[in-house]
Amino acid sequence: MAVVQDVHGHGHDDHHPTGIMRWVCTTNHKDIGTMYLWFSFAMFLVGGFLAMGIRAELFMPGIQILEPELFNSFTTLHGLIMVFGAIMPAFVGLANWQVPMMIGAPDMAFARMNNWSFWILPVAATLLVSSFFVPGGAAAGGWTFYPPLSTQGGMGVDMMIFAVHLLGASSIMGAINIITTILNMRAPGMTLMKMPLFVWTWLITAYLLVLVMPVLAGTVTMLLTDRNFGTSFFNAAGGGDPVLFQHIFWFFGHPEVYIMILPAFGVVSEIIPTFSRKPLFGYSSMVYATASIAILSCVVWAHHMFTVGMPSVGQLFFMYATMLIAVPTGVKVFNWTATMWRGSMTFEVPMLFSIGFIFLFVIGGFSGVICAIVPIDIQVQETYYVIAHFHYVLVSGALFAIFGAVYYWLPKWCGRMYDEKLGKWHFWLSMFFFNLTFFVQHFLGLAGMPRRVPDYALQFADFNMVSSIGGFGFGLTQLFFLYIVIKCIRSGEKAADKPWEGGTTLEWTLPSPAPYHSFETPPTIK
Amino acid sequence: MMYNVAKINIAMLRKLLIFSVIMFAFGYALVPFYEKFCEVAGINNLLKPDVADKDVKVDTTRLVMIQLDSNVRGLPWQFKALQSNIKIHPGESIEVMYEISNNSDQETSGQAIPSYSPRVLEKYLKKFECFCFTKQVLKPGETRQMPVKFVIDPQIPADITTMTISYTFFSLGAVN
Repeated sequence: MAVVQDVHGHGHDDHHPTGIMRWVCTTNHKDIGTMYLWFSFAMFLVGGFLAMGIRAELFMPGIQILEPELFNSFTTLHGLIMVFGAIMPAFVGLANWQVPMMIGAPDMAFARMNNWSFWILPVAATLLVSSFFVPGGAAAGGWTFYPPLSTQGGMGVDMMIFAVHLLGASSIMGAINIITTILNMRAPGMTLMKMPLFVWTWLITAYLLVLVMPVLAGTVTMLLTDRNFGTSFFNAAGGGDPVLFQHIFWFFGHPEVYIMILPAFGVVSEIIPTFSRKPLFGYSSMVYATASIAILSCVVWAHHMFTVGMPSVGQLFFMYATMLIAVPTGVKVFNWTATMWRGSMTFEVPMLFSIGFIFLFVIGGFSGVICAIVPIDIQVQETYYVIAHFHYVLVSGALFAIFGAVYYWLPKWCGRMYDEKLGKWHFWLSMFFFNLTFFVQHFLGLAGMPRRVPDYALQFADFNMVSSIGGFGFGLTQLFFLYIVIKCIRSGEKAADKPWEGGTTLEWTLPSPAPYHSFETPPTIK
Repeated sequence: MMYNVAKINIAMLRKLLIFSVIMFAFGYALVPFYEKFCEVAGINNLLKPDVADKDVKVDTTRLVMIQLDSNVRGLPWQFKALQSNIKIHPGESIEVMYEISNNSDQETSGQAIPSYSPRVLEKYLKKFECFCFTKQVLKPGETRQMPVKFVIDPQIPADITTMTISYTFFSLGAVN
């Protein structure tokens, strides 16, 4: 892509408040992106702490550390915090930093709303974390908060409901901002089909967000009125139906899993061409595949609930629709592979994470197809097989892509290079410990170990110990990642404006670190 | 130029906000839609009478045992079946009696929810009359006997010889 960049036009001085008020009041997309990323990392550590608690309890059979009720709170909050507090804000942070720079816009469309949508998050996080300390403890009915468990429970459940309201509002505002920015503020000459794929995937993700996040808000509102105001949406005694909750929840919940993976596809689609030094293979098919995944994701929700007693014609519909998603996903995987084919590849850390992503995400995708088969799903429902499946798509999928993105763009963000050697260690340790933790869980699940139970039969002891050791290793490795990032920010080598020779997108035409205000005069794309 | 972009942006914001509100309402619209869907598809009709099939033949070669169970949750009521179990022929029309009494000094209402064991029983149990089809309101100290009329379809698999019909009364709150 040929770019003419107008370098003057930065004549005015960048005056903004200093100290804490700079961050509280900021409307700058780069500041807000940074805050999103640090917030999500903090939440990642909190959710990780809960995961360590879970793995510590499951290290041996019997009850050692966590009482069953607290264990259930740990699994519930681990899921909620990782999904809504870590993965989603991390992608919004990446979008905040990268979308304006990649489309040649000066900032996000609604800068003030951008600030609000971030500052709602710490409030929601505080509600979630502090619910551990209220009478009755935190919500313990699983991250999907099915009634009747969620219509019972104490104040902690109400706090969780409010937190989900806030997180939903934040996501909707963020999504509206991203859609408007992408549709209205592209530099002249950047047609939709010239947009980098990361921008495309985020545009589609943002549409999914405004489509399903309000439905989640409605669901939790119904739950709240059932709990406190005597309605009976989900209360069987009052004529409601708990299965209805599952339908509405998963109408949100299934698109939600694509909300967490589509931007990851975008990140990988940026990194692979850069380090293969070839344009992305099949750009337009990537765009169409992303769109079809998004559309299909809205009609497959009931595959999460094959065992509720639905008619077999319903099971068959949702089974076939689910399997259909493997087609556009397969198109993507083949395109990434074809991009690497005969490319002059190098294996810097972002590329390693991207290749690791493809390899492990495909494993998670295959176990997903296996789970889609109704008779198998009835066997593995609520077992560790499902846990293994969704951690392969969420940890080695979404999270690995976020790591890749951070290594890829860190030189642009802070003007310094990370330590390549340490980064490689981070990748290989993550890869090893991740598989140690979750691969064995496939076997546990097939052998029938149920999820959300703090104790287990003796036959599961060995694999659980292996899994726990892997979990502790994976957790420690992420502290090492924190060290790498801090080292890079404080004392990394100066980065060139374009540290990756294969980079073709607009952000590499800016100096490193990216100036506080960029593209105030839009670049012209030929 | 900048002014124009700001105007277009605000228009877009308005559209997307309206869309979000519509989707919020859509979540609520799923509730009646789901009920209608279940009604049309015949799922979840536990609380509706079945239509009697006149051609059902009584299978006198078999006897099955029906256990009658009763529970109360969150109500000051006593609830019991007048006979704890009965032996019947599949296809035979049966009437059993349950009794509820309100032990408190408040008028309260409750709804009975049935539950069957084994699960396939739901397919073979045809109920024509049941106290669970409507909510029950009891005055202070009132006692009421209520019938359940049903037929077990003779198509029921031969290996099922004992089955349980259980009702639980849930509170609908005090009547004002």
